[in-house]
Amino acid sequence: MLKLKVNDIDVEVEEGTTVLQACEQAGAEIPRFCYHEKLSIAGNCRMCLVEMEKSPKPIASCAMPAAEGMVLKTNTEKVKKARKGVMEFLLANHPLDCPVCDQGGECDLQDQSMYYGIDKSRFKENKRYVPEKYMGPLIKTQMTRCIHCTRCIRFATEVAGVPELGAIGRGENMQITTYLEKAMESELSANVIDLCPVGALTSKPYVFEARPWELKKTETIDVMDAVGSNIRVDTYGWEVKRVLPRINEEINEEWISDKTRYACDGLKNQRLDTPYVKINNKLKPSSWDEAFKAVSERISITKSEKIAGFIGDMTNMETIYAAKDFFEKTIKSENLESRYEKLYINTNVRSNYLFNSSIEGIEKSDLIILIGTNPRFEATILNSRIRKNYLKNMTEIISLGDVGDLTYPYKVISNNTDTIKNIIDNKHEISEKIKKSKYPSIIFGQSVLKLKSATYIFEEFKNYLLENDKISDDWNALNILSKNSSTVGSYDLNVLSKNSSYEILDKLENNNFEILILFGQDNLNFEKKNEFIIYIGSHGDKGASIADVILPGATYTEQDGYFTNLEGKLQKAYKASYPPGEAKEDWQIINELSSFIKRKNLYKNKNQLIDSLINYLNINNKKESDFDVPEYNFKSEKIITEKIDYYHSNVIARASKTMSECKNIRMSLPKTGTDN
Amino acid sequence: MAVKKISKIQPEKFEFSKKNKETADSIIKNYPSGKQQSAVMSLLYLAQKQNDNWIPLSAMKYIAKYLDMPYIKVYEVATFYSMYNLTPVGKYFFQVCTTTPCMLRGAYNLVDVCKRKISEEENRLSEDGKTSWLEVECLGACVNAPMLQLNEDYYEDLDATKLEQIIDKISNDEVPQPGSYRGRLSSEPENTRKTLIGNKNA
Repeated sequence: MLKLKVNDIDVEVEEGTTVLQACEQAGAEIPRFCYHEKLSIAGNCRMCLVEMEKSPKPIASCAMPAAEGMVLKTNTEKVKKARKGVMEFLLANHPLDCPVCDQGGECDLQDQSMYYGIDKSRFKENKRYVPEKYMGPLIKTQMTRCIHCTRCIRFATEVAGVPELGAIGRGENMQITTYLEKAMESELSANVIDLCPVGALTSKPYVFEARPWELKKTETIDVMDAVGSNIRVDTYGWEVKRVLPRINEEINEEWISDKTRYACDGLKNQRLDTPYVKINNKLKPSSWDEAFKAVSERISITKSEKIAGFIGDMTNMETIYAAKDFFEKTIKSENLESRYEKLYINTNVRSNYLFNSSIEGIEKSDLIILIGTNPRFEATILNSRIRKNYLKNMTEIISLGDVGDLTYPYKVISNNTDTIKNIIDNKHEISEKIKKSKYPSIIFGQSVLKLKSATYIFEEFKNYLLENDKISDDWNALNILSKNSSTVGSYDLNVLSKNSSYEILDKLENNNFEILILFGQDNLNFEKKNEFIIYIGSHGDKGASIADVILPGATYTEQDGYFTNLEGKLQKAYKASYPPGEAKEDWQIINELSSFIKRKNLYKNKNQLIDSLINYLNINNKKESDFDVPEYNFKSEKIITEKIDYYHSNVIARASKTMSECKNIRMSLPKTGTDN
Repeated sequence: MAVKKISKIQPEKFEFSKKNKETADSIIKNYPSGKQQSAVMSLLYLAQKQNDNWIPLSAMKYIAKYLDMPYIKVYEVATFYSMYNLTPVGKYFFQVCTTTPCMLRGAYNLVDVCKRKISEEENRLSEDGKTSWLEVECLGACVNAPMLQLNEDYYEDLDATKLEQIIDKISNDEVPQPGSYRGRLSSEPENTRKTLIGNKNA
């Protein structure tokens, strides 16, 4: 620990901190543009100057390591004058277009010039002009406003792992650009908009939409993937205008993926805003009563075992729980399924389907093995953590099969299941590596759980890890990478066929059901024959197109709801907006439907539902459920990592114009990486 | 000095000649393994010499792959330094220094001559396609200001008429004598020596 004095206050800081951090610990605010906690230090904006005893000149606090016995001053006349001088130079070439700049109201330069700048400019020469640069469909550029902090370059090179941004020219003529003005090829690209302290890089889809002070801000959870990034949803009236990241060091740090940020315009398109009932083979708008009546009549004349329900990929846990109650109590059927593919899930203990190393924990892992997964597209934020780990520790990363550019180098080994058998039998070089490694992480993608030998792979690999003491209280090397935000939640609520067999999915394929209730499920793979399909959901997509009755529901921004992320963290998403038109919150639809069928509500109000949900989770998550591992055999086959249509992976993203644009641009670039 | 523009006409392919490849490899060997990217400046210069004194985009890509670094990083370096030409230049390439000492001694007269006799704009080929000119920052010969660099040689102590004569000679493919144009030996004092007179070996 180092002892310093900042403005006559004594502080103790850890070795390796910078003067800026030490000043902050002492409660002194230091203005800055180029410095960012999560990026490397550049020290080129000079805004963070402070006075140090025995130094003739003010020092750049962000780039100076703190040392024992330093005496620092941050509020002297000299410091104030230095800041004013720096500010004046920064503003010399910065246009005075705040009234037409999208950053206005949340601009670091604007705020800091209010506090630290001078009131008028002495610069009488012509200001510099920089031509606009193309950086893809998400980032709007106005490079005349750039103050050359290079945060965006450092982000692209370090965090995103796509070294495509750079500064060309020099001095006053320096310009930030991508190589030959190509679109940035990263799923994290839009984070440079947040990083930009001025209005040089702003959001293209949000251009001139609203001012930050006009928006209602709701802190909530993202559902585009299973990571559960913490986000802030900004709404203007009903409309979700934009999505911004919220800092959560355990999950997303302060980045979010482009899909999380920009799929929000899909919340406005293709919405189901009124109930529909199919009359004479044509869907016609109707009232809730008519729709409920059509459903309850049909259910009352059908045998309960001929009714099945399917949970969708973005359904919150209240809805899943209400659906479960609805099936158990109202219909008295067991046919509720949350999977849409035949995945092998061992629900014996909770850690069998969680990402046990945890998102934060992956940073200290010393060996990462990817089996049938492409984390770049399945969990972008998690992938950036793996990259962070790689950059820090040069960790060895191995993948079974080549899955394309992951933004970090990895070793490719044979993607045949024989490889796994060899590892388990200690015949592979990797077995030694796993044994030697202190914190190994084995990441199973859903593509593995789909295989015919999935049971063998999972059970045997788990036993292998147990034998070698890699699953213990302080480190669990077994990781399942779920793709969807509802996956872990529905496993926690036991929404699976009994003993997680594929009974319901088999019956569905053979058209054994008469009524199907789809709770936002759009990914089912079956041929519709005579089934009567009830779709409860928010968007007119695949599910709604085959439905006989459509009950319009709400999306994740329109209802409070719990989600469990892939590492098993229960988080609550808050209501930022309300459902459009006649649409209702999902749990409400189920509750009212139940009262129509049974003349009795499932719950009096939502609090009762939540209490009973939390109660169920508390009991269920602790105990071991009775699960019989089915008989399994080894089968030699190829593990093929399923290709994901990243920009179109769910109904909201498919309804989003921005996502379609991103997809088209990505398709027009034949190769990934910097090769073009 | 504005940001350098990239030439619209770009050759499809670039590859080091056999000799340059050897040179490049020996340059890379000067750096510890894994730090081969440090050779980027020398390699760009090699490419420039090989390709009629300018660097096409294909050469930057080639070098980026050669050194295993991102394209943009090579591009950054190439646009930063004024010694790299990113558009075709004449066989005779005039670089006129216009930094303060040369400017005070009349560098802009030389620029005017270049504009009149070579081409109206910087970095544009003359009508016969043999010459082009460029304003550059200090070339480190301030004692002989104003001066310019013609290909690899310095032409010093110039004025407008002398530069006109040089350009006339060039257009006849005669290469004029480099050095001082007021008859000085490198940067010795004009007239007689005024300092260190008593020292024989000075």
